[in-house]
Amino acid sequence: MREAQSTYNYKVVRQFAVMTVIWGIVGMLVGVIIAAQLVWPELNFGPWLHFGRLRPLHTNAVIFAFGGCALFATSYYVVQRTCHTRLFSDGLAAFTFWGWQLIIVLAAVTLPLGMTTGKEYAELEWPIDILITVVWVAYAVVFFGTIAKRKVTHIYVANWFYGGFILAVALLHVVNSAEIPVTLTKSYSAYAGVQDAMVQWWYGHNAVGFFLTAGFLGMMYYFVPKQAGRPVYSYRLSVVHFWALIFTYMWAGPHHLHYTALPDWTQSVGMVFSLILLAPSWGGMINGVMTLSGAWHKLRDDPILKFLITSLSFYGMSTFEGPMMSIKTVNALSHYTDWTVGHVHSGALGWVAMVSIGSVYYLLPRLFGKSEMASVKLITVHFWVATIGVVLYIASMWIAGVMQGLMWRAVNVDGTLTYSFVESVKASYPFWAIRFLGGLLFLVGMLVMAYNMFKTIAGGRSVDDARVMQPAAHHA
Amino acid sequence: MDINDLRSIMTVVSLITFLGVVWWAYGVKGNKQRFEEAAMLPFSDEEADRAELGLDANGQRNAR
Repeated sequence: MREAQSTYNYKVVRQFAVMTVIWGIVGMLVGVIIAAQLVWPELNFGPWLHFGRLRPLHTNAVIFAFGGCALFATSYYVVQRTCHTRLFSDGLAAFTFWGWQLIIVLAAVTLPLGMTTGKEYAELEWPIDILITVVWVAYAVVFFGTIAKRKVTHIYVANWFYGGFILAVALLHVVNSAEIPVTLTKSYSAYAGVQDAMVQWWYGHNAVGFFLTAGFLGMMYYFVPKQAGRPVYSYRLSVVHFWALIFTYMWAGPHHLHYTALPDWTQSVGMVFSLILLAPSWGGMINGVMTLSGAWHKLRDDPILKFLITSLSFYGMSTFEGPMMSIKTVNALSHYTDWTVGHVHSGALGWVAMVSIGSVYYLLPRLFGKSEMASVKLITVHFWVATIGVVLYIASMWIAGVMQGLMWRAVNVDGTLTYSFVESVKASYPFWAIRFLGGLLFLVGMLVMAYNMFKTIAGGRSVDDARVMQPAAHHA
Repeated sequence: MDINDLRSIMTVVSLITFLGVVWWAYGVKGNKQRFEEAAMLPFSDEEADRAELGLDANGQRNAR
């Protein structure tokens, strides 16, 4: 085989990168719509477009369509470039792209129709679950197959995180989706009662830990050093970061079930492991941010770096907030309020979306034969619009959440509740309006990105001849 | 031996595993160079970077 003639598979990376932006707009648009429905309930049209059906569509679209495409695109790019070899199988890689898009379309059809398992972040019914499993196995084969045929000795740490994410998500999906079909579009969980709840939140929190964290940390460990032009602050810290993070996350799920029928000791285990999680999370954040140590000036005029480093700041914030909220006494105030919603979006918009956006801005010019995006200035515009959007979103949800928690627990001297539930709803309106505005700004930022992307594509060419280079410093 | 002994053993084994990882990352002499090499992996293909951004060897844009 003549290695010098071999090229990287950029086609599948390009497809996933473009769809990241498209699905980002779709998912966030649905989010803005349901935010508007909370402010103006008249916007709930018919059963199909009701809040209760659009909300799972929003979460599935932003997590699995937007986040998923970003993970596929970046992992396929990073694994090829750091292993100095073409993807294991072009056919299987194409299958993962089209399979994943089909799953997204099926989700967009079935969820508004009311077909759901009712399990949060795992709402899709059993035939789609099987399709997800098939596509995911193909993904694992392509990814680990590429690592197996690498031309360098080491496996770069970003690939550890991507690999951990792929394996863990496979495990989570298969266990939590165990269900008994009754018709083509209806099934019941294989578990019952509190076991079902525990399996669901073991899945649910690890969806956060592995889908929304480990995979995106893989992005961080490649794109932050690349964009900063210097290796990661401490590779040894990244090794400890990896093992500590994957070991600890698995046990944190019970904090979603504080003060429920779940045994008390299980709740305490969940709380303790959530608190321990602060250490690896901050270890990773510091590792990413300190990579810029000595090159801070690059932040001033590089908007891609702004996105990446700001995402790490939000990661640090939300991984501090999360352990605090897992403490039972804090959770007694925060649970079931908008504080949780604010926390999730601090992670989802601030961390996951921003690190993805930065990485996709890095990728797009390289995939379309350009030296930079059509407009670097518009990246800066996107950055500021998005940042203001996130800040408005999470600040309003903090205030609304704490207010709701305080109102719900307030009692009169005779022991009766001070406020009825609807009074807390009424008091939340102004903050829901601010949240709508914050979400809208974030969506506007994505539209700016789409415009910039299409301008870049318009003047570019599809790069399919990027040659696989022999590693510069080959130590094998 | 009751289940609480097993739980204690599990906790101790977990701690030792973690300390083992830290020792492997920071204590083992031979690993220092290994990890330094691995850390440079994203930069082992600068030529490919320049090629895909349309830059020449000096980082200047090619007149394509």
